[in-house]
Amino acid sequence: MIPVLHPTLPRLLHPAAWWVWGVGMAVAASRTTNPFLLLLVVAVVAWVVLERREVGTTNALAGFLVIGLIAIGLRIVMVSLLGGGVTGRVVLVRLPEVPLPDWTSGVRIGGPVTLEGLLFAVYQGMQLAAILACLGAVNALASPRRLLRYVPATLYEIGTAVVVALTFAPQLIEDAQRVRMARRLRGHSPRNPAEIGRIAVPVLVGALERSLDLAASMESRGYGRAVHRTARSTRLAGLLTLVGVGGVVVGLYGLLDATSPALLGIPTLALGAGCAVAALVVGARRDPRTHYRRDRWALPEWLVAASGAVPAAVMIVAGSRHWDGVVPQQVPAALPPVPLVLVAAIAVGAAAAVFAPVPPLLARTRAGAADPVTAPRELVQP
Amino acid sequence: MIEFHDASFAYDEDAAPVIAGADFVLDEGELTLVVGPTGSGKSTLLRCINGLVPHFSGGILHGRVVVDGRDTRTHRPRDLADVVGFVLQDPVSSFVTDTVEEELAYGMEALGVDATAMRRRVEETLDLLGLAEVRSRPLRTLSGGQQQRVAIGAVLASGPRILVLDEPTSALDPVAAEDVLASLHRLVHDLGLTVVVAEHRLERVIHHADRILLIEEGRVSPLLDPAAAMVTSPIYPPVIALGRHLGWSPLPLSVRDARRRARDLRLTLPDRAPDGVSTGLDHQGLGLDQRPRVCAVERLVVRRGGQPVLRGIDLAVHEGDVVAVMGRNGAGKSTLLASLVGQLAPASGTIRLGSPGTTLDPGRARPAEIVTRAGMVPQDPSSILYADSVADECTAADHDFHLAAGTTRAVLERIAPGVDDEQHPRELSEGQRLSLALALILASEPRLVLLDEPTRGLDYQAKHRLVALLRELATQGHAVLLATHDVELAAEVATRVVVLAEGEVVADGPAATVLAGSPAFAPQVAKILHPLHLLTVDEVIACTGAAS
Repeated sequence: MIPVLHPTLPRLLHPAAWWVWGVGMAVAASRTTNPFLLLLVVAVVAWVVLERREVGTTNALAGFLVIGLIAIGLRIVMVSLLGGGVTGRVVLVRLPEVPLPDWTSGVRIGGPVTLEGLLFAVYQGMQLAAILACLGAVNALASPRRLLRYVPATLYEIGTAVVVALTFAPQLIEDAQRVRMARRLRGHSPRNPAEIGRIAVPVLVGALERSLDLAASMESRGYGRAVHRTARSTRLAGLLTLVGVGGVVVGLYGLLDATSPALLGIPTLALGAGCAVAALVVGARRDPRTHYRRDRWALPEWLVAASGAVPAAVMIVAGSRHWDGVVPQQVPAALPPVPLVLVAAIAVGAAAAVFAPVPPLLARTRAGAADPVTAPRELVQP
Repeated sequence: MIEFHDASFAYDEDAAPVIAGADFVLDEGELTLVVGPTGSGKSTLLRCINGLVPHFSGGILHGRVVVDGRDTRTHRPRDLADVVGFVLQDPVSSFVTDTVEEELAYGMEALGVDATAMRRRVEETLDLLGLAEVRSRPLRTLSGGQQQRVAIGAVLASGPRILVLDEPTSALDPVAAEDVLASLHRLVHDLGLTVVVAEHRLERVIHHADRILLIEEGRVSPLLDPAAAMVTSPIYPPVIALGRHLGWSPLPLSVRDARRRARDLRLTLPDRAPDGVSTGLDHQGLGLDQRPRVCAVERLVVRRGGQPVLRGIDLAVHEGDVVAVMGRNGAGKSTLLASLVGQLAPASGTIRLGSPGTTLDPGRARPAEIVTRAGMVPQDPSSILYADSVADECTAADHDFHLAAGTTRAVLERIAPGVDDEQHPRELSEGQRLSLALALILASEPRLVLLDEPTRGLDYQAKHRLVALLRELATQGHAVLLATHDVELAAEVATRVVVLAEGEVVADGPAATVLAGSPAFAPQVAKILHPLHLLTVDEVIACTGAAS
């Protein structure tokens, strides 16, 4: 039944493969505060997005990068104002210090801003920004909705809620822009911050109405229908899923937060994933749904997943053995070294752009660009 | 196929029923049209058919609704999904997935159709609705007509025997609407599907209908024959108005039938010579017109997302003009209106608001300066309504525009008398909400009034009041520019029609010339009386009065 695929034929990669790759890159980023390595991570994921994002899908990477920049800015402001626990030697500027009572020892407001403290803030901010960039890249490469198709029917209510939520957020932004524009029609300048409060109600009401429409559409198209389930199997699947999702979340946190105990990392993640798989099996046993063009897991999927796993594995080892350059020294401030092994390891992530097949529309657009006569015109438009 | 046994529905035990006395049986293979004013309960009636009412909406349903032998009391919408396909009013908000193919397959996946059959049915549906070209495109990048066809295909693919559609053409231009309705017609005639449609613009669907259900303030009529129903219906398209006026019996429902009946009429009616310059771009004649100019656009280019949407538009609007901007979905109508009020900045070219000497560039001016020269009612009027009650809304507008207290309320009273002060703007009927939005915009007395798709969701009565109001504005020296798909509205009210295509002006001239000469944008009366230059029933009445 399933035709053998040539690995280079245009098709969409399995969304799970992209998520493994993206989480791998994020884990790699979470293990280092070396700004050069972090920049390299961002460059690698950005390049893969440029090479393999399907035409017409939202580019979530740009939004996540902006949030990342804001995170860096916030971090700098906080450290300048409150101090970051780093006692530096090079004082750049001395802010007026607010006198605090003695019992708040360790906390200060204002005071000297040191070069070392600032660099520490920048590095930490960059780490967060790089992790966000990885998540943004995955969102751009594989729509979360495609992953949702694998949610078992036993979790009907959760599935509906997640689909609605995923639609809700982008629509909220669209609505906000529309209503903000409409405010101009009543003579208001949209830059006035007091406007935000006024537009909130029409925006929220509009988005809620459309979410209800979406839920009605899913309902009347038979979502969650004819799941012949017993109360016991429902409870079992629900419990397994809760434990599973909880385990995956805690495990990921453990992996991404290098300071948490090792037990919180891979073991919890494995336990969570195990429970989630069990829930899927329990749910799928009585799931009458079928799948249209189910995504296949073939060689390119293994290679892409591996190209994300390699940087993660190398950085975890490097971090736990305190290799040079993983966490650059803070005091005194110095140019961080660039360890070539780690650079090579992160660069492996870029291989995903080669291993993954070109998405179909992008392939057609590229073919069209090379041969403008046969170029399908409407495809070039966003 | 569909049986209503004395069904009535109310949201609350004590509340007034939303629909009452629905008692009819719809046979297989018929297209039934639900006709009624806005807020009369059409959507509720449709939602009863697949059980969304009461399972999804809440409320109390009395009587029985049986669909293909299944009682909706015991079957939830999802249990009826294999029999009833339900197409919501706004296709975009009903999309669950990202691309055309996935959307078509979604329903079948939920129903558990096996993979090979699913593949085949997706392909068949793509062909049936002419979507093969766009099969892997993201849904958001499609045109309005394509989105509507995907929404129909998405429910059709799972092979229901009944198709229920709530205003399937309200957002579509005349050609795209005809496409969608032709597809429906084919489904009924080739596949024997049972189709139930609610639609405001009867002129688009009445000739496809086999049966009609009239509904007024929740009271549902028995099944009626279309020609018989139209004799008494409070809502009727121009072709019926003409037939009623001339005392034709049986009433012709289609342009073709009416044209045959009107053979003699065409010979006796005097032709009205088209006023002004016949056609073409010379009519805009910057400076030729003696009336004061309120807006001038020269070589306007506007880009959206890097793509030029308007490519060099020239347009001048004078006091007393009512200009209808027409063109297919995505031709640049809304973009033109948005740039006239400064919501979009031009890439090149100039826009000047106000008469020569006191002109204003909306791209650079502050919003408060623009509103006195050009005011726009957006496509969705509720996006400029924020307050909790009509009275608050009017007070806020007085404050916004620095007017004497009570000015806006007085304007509202003039254009829509009797709107309840205490009501929430979202609870008003579509027509009242439009009136409120229009009153807010008119309060600051802009010389140029812009309306984006004002008749979406309006019934004929509300449309009549709008037409009268726009004419009055024009005689008072305002200029009106409206973007619309509604050819009948354009025929009623426009003195001039501008047709856009691909961001360029392809026709600009008096309404009689441009509309009567166009196969896509001709109103029904013009089609019936071609080659005479008559657009509306009122004009025919005036002519017959003069002739006799």
